Amino acid sequence: MLTLTLPERTWAHAIPVGPKLLILVASTAALYPVESPIALAGCFAAAVLACVSLGRAAMRQGFRMLVPISLFAALAFAYHAAIRQPEAGAAVALKLLTLVGLANLVTMTSRLDDLVALVTDLTKPLRRIGLNPAAVALAFALVLRFMPVLARKGRDMGDAWKCRSTRRVSWAILIPLCLAALDDAESVADALRARGGVGQRRV
Amino acid sequence: MERKLALVALFAALVAALGLLPKLTIAGGVPITAQSLGIMLCGTVLGARWGGLAALLFVGLVALGLPILAGGRGGIGLFLSPSAGFLAGFPVAAFSAGLVVESWRSPRMFIVATTASVAGGIVVLYAFGIPGMALALDLTIAEAAPLALPFLPGDAIKAVVCGLVTHGIWRARPEAILARSQR
Repeated sequence: MLTLTLPERTWAHAIPVGPKLLILVASTAALYPVESPIALAGCFAAAVLACVSLGRAAMRQGFRMLVPISLFAALAFAYHAAIRQPEAGAAVALKLLTLVGLANLVTMTSRLDDLVALVTDLTKPLRRIGLNPAAVALAFALVLRFMPVLARKGRDMGDAWKCRSTRRVSWAILIPLCLAALDDAESVADALRARGGVGQRRV
Repeated sequence: MERKLALVALFAALVAALGLLPKLTIAGGVPITAQSLGIMLCGTVLGARWGGLAALLFVGLVALGLPILAGGRGGIGLFLSPSAGFLAGFPVAAFSAGLVVESWRSPRMFIVATTASVAGGIVVLYAFGIPGMALALDLTIAEAAPLALPFLPGDAIKAVVCGLVTHGIWRARPEAILARSQR
């Protein structure tokens, strides 16, 4: 699976991406000054409820995405509890979990196409300083297309190494991998030019 | 313009692909993830402007929710997490590394690229990463700085590997190091 978006539609998928991100920014700004652990625990419970309302798959993925951050939260709690007061530690840990959890909900319920469209819209004003919004969208698409290609080439080079040598794969395969990326870029550029290019404006 | 666009996109894809590959082993048997190495390479190979843009494109895709950060992480949540500073620092780190390779025009590429990687991938990156951790965990800068220490040996090794790889590319095809060519 190449994105973190949930495969099935939920009620939160229906909210357009722009407003969803605005709600996220607003709740981040609103939660930032809150210091009371009880109020923050309430907010965290609300975020968990929102996740539960999205269904079983959302709960599983939401939990999985929170695991790395909960290590940080535990660390922050332990440190603050040892140096200052446990309340401050609980507040920091809960705030972190709530904010990251809410942002993950936005990620889980927004389609990549819609997010790229939003980026293209947001970069339109930059046309004045010479940035081509079409080039930005094309760059995103090219990365998506070539990520698996380069990962595949890297794996093949690693396999070839293993066939020739009994030692473990060394950093040295990064040299041909970088050269492969540079070569691919040249042929992609030729192909783009052959199809009429990306427009007259310079990136 | 098509050429620059393709180079920026392909290097952003390379950084993402490096996060998908199994960990590399360097002399001594220490495994490293190659992803932040990819950020350093963006700068030393593509130069300040295009390398910085490639790193920015990679960070943009992480923000849009692709699980391409090492460990399969991604999404806007990361920008509210203690890792936020490091993510925001990636483009600046690549830019700075590129700036060093562009301005220090010595032919001893290994030394130049290693220095560039230390400057960009450690000094500049930590200058963003540590305040980011301090902000997210409500610590002072002095309290947050030791949290970055466990990454220091790995990043120092990556800087040397980046120097070696850049040197290898430079020897195989000098014109491929765009940080040095005029085009």
